[in-house]
Amino acid sequence: MEEKRHTLSVLVENTPGALARIASLFSGRGFNIDSLCVAETLDPTLSHLTLVTHGDEFIVEQIIKQLRRLVDVYKVVNVTEEKEYVEREMALIKVRAEKEYREEIFRICEIFRCKIVDVSPRSYIIEVTGDREKLQAVIELLKPIGIKEIARTGIIAMKREKKSP
Amino acid sequence: MSGAQMVIEALKKEKVEVIFGYPGGAVIDIYDELYKNPEIKHVLVRHEQGAAHAADGYARSTGKVGVVLVTSGPGSTNTITGIATAYMDSIPIVVLTGQVPTQLIGNDAFQEVDTTGITRPITKHNFLIKRIEDLPKILKAAFYIARTGRPGPVVVDIPKDIQQTKGEFNYPDEIELRSYNPVYEPHVRQIEKAYSLLEQAERPVLLLGGGVISSGASAEATKLAEKLNLPVTMTLMGLGSFPGDHEQSLGMLGMHGTYYANMAIANCDVLLAVGARFDDRVTGKVDAFAPGAKIIHIDIDPTSIQKNVKVHVPIVADCKRALTRILDIVRRVKKPKKYWKERFKEWWEQIDIWKKRYPLSYREDPNYIKPQFVIEKLYELTKGEAIIATEVGQNQMWTAQYYKFKYPRTLITSGGLGTMGFGFPASIGAQMGNPDKLVIDIAGDGSIQMNIQELATAVEQRLPIKIIILNNGYLGMVRQWQGLFYGKRYSQVRFQVLPDFVKLAEAYGAVGMKITRPEEVEPTLKKVLNINSLVILDVHIAPEENVFPMVPAGKATTEMILV
Repeated sequence: MEEKRHTLSVLVENTPGALARIASLFSGRGFNIDSLCVAETLDPTLSHLTLVTHGDEFIVEQIIKQLRRLVDVYKVVNVTEEKEYVEREMALIKVRAEKEYREEIFRICEIFRCKIVDVSPRSYIIEVTGDREKLQAVIELLKPIGIKEIARTGIIAMKREKKSP
Repeated sequence: MSGAQMVIEALKKEKVEVIFGYPGGAVIDIYDELYKNPEIKHVLVRHEQGAAHAADGYARSTGKVGVVLVTSGPGSTNTITGIATAYMDSIPIVVLTGQVPTQLIGNDAFQEVDTTGITRPITKHNFLIKRIEDLPKILKAAFYIARTGRPGPVVVDIPKDIQQTKGEFNYPDEIELRSYNPVYEPHVRQIEKAYSLLEQAERPVLLLGGGVISSGASAEATKLAEKLNLPVTMTLMGLGSFPGDHEQSLGMLGMHGTYYANMAIANCDVLLAVGARFDDRVTGKVDAFAPGAKIIHIDIDPTSIQKNVKVHVPIVADCKRALTRILDIVRRVKKPKKYWKERFKEWWEQIDIWKKRYPLSYREDPNYIKPQFVIEKLYELTKGEAIIATEVGQNQMWTAQYYKFKYPRTLITSGGLGTMGFGFPASIGAQMGNPDKLVIDIAGDGSIQMNIQELATAVEQRLPIKIIILNNGYLGMVRQWQGLFYGKRYSQVRFQVLPDFVKLAEAYGAVGMKITRPEEVEPTLKKVLNINSLVILDVHIAPEENVFPMVPAGKATTEMILV
């Protein structure tokens, strides 16, 4: 069966151990976590967790059911199954910025609408936001110049509202 | 009111009559309150594992929540096997553990262990109390979560300072948890689909699992089977959910199931599985399990459905309610009993051929006691009215095969985790919960030694449990596998030293007896059953007797080794 990437949006009680419970569910049952992003919601008693995993249809069905079975999990949505959704990730990329490369870095930043958020004589920190493909493209283009460090947030996702009323 | 008092008050509110535990530094405050509240009976075990199994046995035999009280650190870690056992078999227990004072948590304090961390994967849910205000609500939630939905163990870890802190005891009568809403009512369309599959079936089988017992659906399952003339087979956990002596019972299926149950499953065209989770010991090789069948699967836990086998009509619901809805349709459609008799006549003829070809059987031997014979006799003498706990291994399988469990909650056995040393402490819990019933633990010489210390507990409580050791001097099930699949290389399965179980019983103040000859079985069993105190009966059985039929692991269930 075909393995696919799935982005799950999970609302979970903001209690100690809730995240550990989810992490241990994945390790204990041999499921994969490709990326995980946790933050508060408007309701301080709930946390929002965006989780990217991969597996065939049956595995993903099991993952979702197992998540729902946890007493602390309030809601699970498989965002990938929604036809229209937005996915974003942010990365901070520290790149070598000796004089001869600066022009090229500026150009890349302009094309991909990245921001330079820190400048030092030898390096820049670039902030890039977008979907996985865009981030991957920026990283590939900056690699020959010399990437010193990368920090990524992991993916967050949201379903789009219907366009017509 | 102090936190410790709140714990006792919560137990009263939950109508807990008996708890199983062992004191220690981090629960001394709760024990102090217990001292002042003798209406809650406390069974002092000899090892915390025994407490967890006893609470489990109490829960299995009564349907009520079993309660454990232990201290922090080793007290808590000693319950782990017991909690995991209850988790695998969906048994409702609440385990209260002491914890070091809040300000010491994380400091590697004396007798500190991360109890919620360790028990997370083996509990339905667990809590660490951080504020006294939360204590009443969490205790309520613990009992609620343990007993509702798919039941399971819940751990509540209570730091010592919380037990000493004063607060207001607002114990809610009802509790609602927004993130926990088990589905009980089945989907109407799915029920209709299930019925129409049964109606079209030519070779149906009804498969009952432990969920039928935990949801109290035995009467409904039996009614449906009788109305529709369905052959019924059960998993180990399902034994007793349908009378084992009923003419429609095919007994247990799976690795050590009957030939005819496994053949019926392999050849059926509609399989109605209720409260069973298609464990590997039941299915054998999954691709060859009920290959031609449309499967209807009723289970309260959605994760059990489509986990191991592909299901055509999934029904997420309480087993009792789902079966009731199917029965409603049966009543409405009003086909006479005769119709169903006729309809499945050929199928039953086929099953009867299988039954005649390979009934459950063993070879008698004038020189050795056969374990199957012991169980058969025990069934006859108790008329199937006893509560039978088992250990794990050959003793467990012979019991499952030859004791025809007639009622739910009469077989107390560790099915999922397969915990040796479970049966005896579990029988303590069962006897505490059923003081007027005959409680028997069928043991092996290996298993009984794993929690033998609880003899003191049982004698102290004056429990007239009967322990029947099927003693072959081997770790019999492993020896059987080594004999069949490992070239008879008997690696580490022979005990060079076994205690004298008769003297051991006497040392603990119980009665001990030993038999070695087949003709001694019946008279001795009669004698043992009439003694009103704890008895160990050491039965020396044929040392190399195997459990048959047997489906080798990973093989199709039709590839049975028969004798």
